[in-house]
Amino acid sequence: MWKLLQIELFKIFKRPRTYISFVAVAALVSIIQFGLKVDGKMYVDFMLRDLSASFNIEGNVLNGYLVCYIILQLLLVHVPLLITLIAADLISGEANMGTLRLLLTKPVSRTEVILAKFLAAAIYTFLLLIFMAILALFVSMAIFGTDDMLNLKSGYVVQLKSNDIFWRYICAFCFAALAMLTVASLGFFLSLFAENSIGPIVATMSVIVVFTILSTLDIPIFNAIKPYLFTTHMIGWKGFFDVKVNNDNEAIIGSVQNLDKVLQAAGILALHIFGLLLASVLVFRKKDILS
Amino acid sequence: MKKIIFVFLSSLICHFSTSAQDVNSLIKKVRSKLDKVNDYIAEGKMKTDVAFIKAPVGKVKVFYKRPDKFTVKRDKGISILPKSGVSFNMSSVLSGDNYTAIPSGESTVGGDKVKLVKLLPNDDNSDVVLTTLYIDEANLLIKKANTTTRENGTFEMEMSYGKYASYGLPDRVIFAFNTKEYKLPKGVTLEFDTDDTPKHSVKNKKGRVEIIYSSYVINKNISDMEFK
Repeated sequence: MWKLLQIELFKIFKRPRTYISFVAVAALVSIIQFGLKVDGKMYVDFMLRDLSASFNIEGNVLNGYLVCYIILQLLLVHVPLLITLIAADLISGEANMGTLRLLLTKPVSRTEVILAKFLAAAIYTFLLLIFMAILALFVSMAIFGTDDMLNLKSGYVVQLKSNDIFWRYICAFCFAALAMLTVASLGFFLSLFAENSIGPIVATMSVIVVFTILSTLDIPIFNAIKPYLFTTHMIGWKGFFDVKVNNDNEAIIGSVQNLDKVLQAAGILALHIFGLLLASVLVFRKKDILS
Repeated sequence: MKKIIFVFLSSLICHFSTSAQDVNSLIKKVRSKLDKVNDYIAEGKMKTDVAFIKAPVGKVKVFYKRPDKFTVKRDKGISILPKSGVSFNMSSVLSGDNYTAIPSGESTVGGDKVKLVKLLPNDDNSDVVLTTLYIDEANLLIKKANTTTRENGTFEMEMSYGKYASYGLPDRVIFAFNTKEYKLPKGVTLEFDTDDTPKHSVKNKKGRVEIIYSSYVINKNISDMEFK
């Protein structure tokens, strides 16, 4: 199994397209950081305009923690598309090249093959997220410094103490890993049914785009189906950046406002991963490999 | 009849002029108590209670220097302080004689009997339109102040005194002020979940900031740099 995993990782990281995602993430993060460094004050003034009407706000508002939050908000919607490029190609790519049949002539079970491929996709996903975390969080902290974080939500403002943020990011990235792995599982599952990469990649992207639009549209008719779309739960990481308050309206350091909701979202994503992986194993074991 | 009216008016004028004198002398006494403090640095904790802000309790340092320099700084982190109220200081209100004091009766604050004094600024361009002081005459302490300004509406300060009462410095100050509405479009905050209302109960539309002072360092000649 370990040998199989090594081979799969070798195959993934040998292909130039694997690095497109890393380059794209680096470019996007750098562009956002550059923009905020040059013109961030204007952005902050705009975001704080209602608050500034009644309050004087002093301190390093545009600090590394806030910049990372802004980057994650923007990127975690698009990173799934980059993950799809690899995950949806793992089986169909081999089928396209005619190496899948050859691979299965080796003395390993089909379950081992598919699990090794899935694990390789998961490792790629985690590496992309770690790369993103280093750029978005640590580089932003180095460029913009650190301070308390003001999470400006549409209805209220949450002030997080600087010593109460880092663990939230660790949790947020773990949650994001679950979300991205769900996407990888979907792409992986769809790649079982095609003999070229384009079909499952486009199909996975289409599902994500359609589901994301349905999740974000605030139209009552779609609200009923939102809980059943995995894309609705993918933004659950934001829950780590909201805190509970006590009876005196003081924010409780170290608390999470809707922890049960966040955990429920994580559970739903984990169920998706398990379900899609199980379905992939079952389909692959019964599949008639002709290419 | 004329005699009666004359006597009545004379006694009325006499009464008001005596009351005004009493009030002016009371203010003078309070001011002379506050004048014992040239400057101070105080440390304390600040609680913010605003319906649309979730902020933790933070440590603050408060700097004051006569006649009217006053600033509140959060020890670490970002500070969100109301534009009115917090920077308003009793010593600076009573400094100078550029106001007219009008006696307005008596009341109670926290069970203590207080005298109500309205201060009307003589300067037509002053931002402060009216200040009502609730003065504990026995201890020469300002227990409460309501101030109406042109720019920042009305705010209220309530003070409790303890070991620094001899200097007229409070142990606890509560600022109550009006807040404007806070709303950001969901498209800007990239929030797509429908449930975004604060879970805590909104007691009222007013905001409240409470500073609980733990210590004062008085008359140590602090630098003007602290106010920049």
